[in-house]
Amino acid sequence: MTQRRHLLSVNDLSPDEIAEVLRVSDAFVEVGHRDIPKVPALRGRTVVTVFAEQSTRTRLSFETAAKRLSADVLSFGLEGSSVKKGESLRDTVETVAALGVDAFVVRHPSAGAPAAVARWVDASVINAGDGWHEHPTQALLDCYTIRQVLAERSGQPLEKAGTECFVGLRVAVVGDVRHSRVARSVIWALAALGTEITIVAPGSLLPPSLEGWPVAAVSHDLDGVLPNVDICYLLRLQIERGTGEFLPSAREYSAGYGLSVRRAERMAEDALVMHPGPMNRGIEIADEVATLPRSVVLRQVANGVAVRMAVLFMLLGRAAESVPVPPAAMLGTVGA
Amino acid sequence: MAERERRLAPPRGGVFVPRVQVLSAQDVQRALTRIAHEIVERNRGLEDVVLVGLQTGGVPLAYRIARVLEDVEGTAVPVGLLDVAFYRDDIGIRPVLPEAVTEIPGDLAGQLVVMVDDVLFTGRTVRAALNALADYGRARAVQLAVMVDRGHRELPIRPDYVGKNMPTRIDEQVDVSLEGVVLGDVVPR
Repeated sequence: MTQRRHLLSVNDLSPDEIAEVLRVSDAFVEVGHRDIPKVPALRGRTVVTVFAEQSTRTRLSFETAAKRLSADVLSFGLEGSSVKKGESLRDTVETVAALGVDAFVVRHPSAGAPAAVARWVDASVINAGDGWHEHPTQALLDCYTIRQVLAERSGQPLEKAGTECFVGLRVAVVGDVRHSRVARSVIWALAALGTEITIVAPGSLLPPSLEGWPVAAVSHDLDGVLPNVDICYLLRLQIERGTGEFLPSAREYSAGYGLSVRRAERMAEDALVMHPGPMNRGIEIADEVATLPRSVVLRQVANGVAVRMAVLFMLLGRAAESVPVPPAAMLGTVGA
Repeated sequence: MAERERRLAPPRGGVFVPRVQVLSAQDVQRALTRIAHEIVERNRGLEDVVLVGLQTGGVPLAYRIARVLEDVEGTAVPVGLLDVAFYRDDIGIRPVLPEAVTEIPGDLAGQLVVMVDDVLFTGRTVRAALNALADYGRARAVQLAVMVDRGHRELPIRPDYVGKNMPTRIDEQVDVSLEGVVLGDVVPR
């Protein structure tokens, strides 16, 4: 990851690279606990967030992360920009790049938009969610949260916690897999780390093909799956992406696939409930379930900042290829 | 300095080849015992003293000094661990990653901090460490203890306590552990 310029897809990352992000995130979690939760690591760098879709947590999380690294942050929504005057995304992005930007954080309704931006500019590009495609930092912060909770339970210090805790972990990914970019990132990340994944969804919300998906099983019976999982990962019903047309009603979905209080009781005592947010309370998750101790939704959000700091630091702090290395640094010195 | 940085140092890492053992394990222990006594002498006791080991090489040395201090003075001295990666001035020049999580016991405001590292070389790690410490409160004073001072400073920094002054060539490498001090070379992988 330290030699990588962009983060566009979880698929690009090796299990070792994911583990490295988690390890570096530990250091940033500590930074977040300080009285002054800020380090000078990216002083003088500029990060611009380009969000062509509504978002609260992801945009604020990235901006907080960049600011805590002392980077300068420009925020840019396509509403109120010259895109509204008919400028193409390419022209807009190239114009912003000409201001001297080191990283673009891109959210866009079209799959592949961040990859396109990466071809147009020299800066680093981070995919903050593109259409139904991927949302890699969400997957990384979910992995981080799981590892953090499991390390706490085992009483193991975090720096000793590698990624062995993921091996054999049973995860149910429940809901609108078809329209979910989170699913397309989190399933690959968790599978790369050795978890066993079951997709639970009505047939109409499954992707057209599951060929090549690293999943162990597909089920339509949430009640049957719940007692045998360590983590129940609920996806948001993407009503704004037209999920409604794939379901008779939200209520019927909730009856079959919503995590109600009664269903949550079927889970093993120490099993976790996760949700990438924003939650549709009362549809995919019951209000009371969202506040149970087993629900780690707010922890996911809190860890998001540290994990995004790690990603920004690793992409932007990488050694520039063209910069000559000063003699002392060449030596791999002991004690500088 | 962090093991990881050492492994990844441009050009893309190297291997440490030992040449001469300069200090034995016993020599290291004696030096640490002396440094502990010097800390007590110089500060007229251990009031407000906090040891901070720099990750990773300074950490075992800091714990060992703390143990000697406890034996000598009967006072348990708090030990903190500091990783300076986010404060380095060579971010973007070579791969810099944190080696371990920083753990500072409480607020350092008004404390007397003794930083402990294995080798003092260019002084850039210490510069980064001073900036990092400042984020944990305004210490009354900061002192520096190192096992080996090998020269070649690039910044106006000097140690307060030194295990051994060791003139070196700039292209040599010094490896410090509780098992001893070894002089060697880095060979490209």
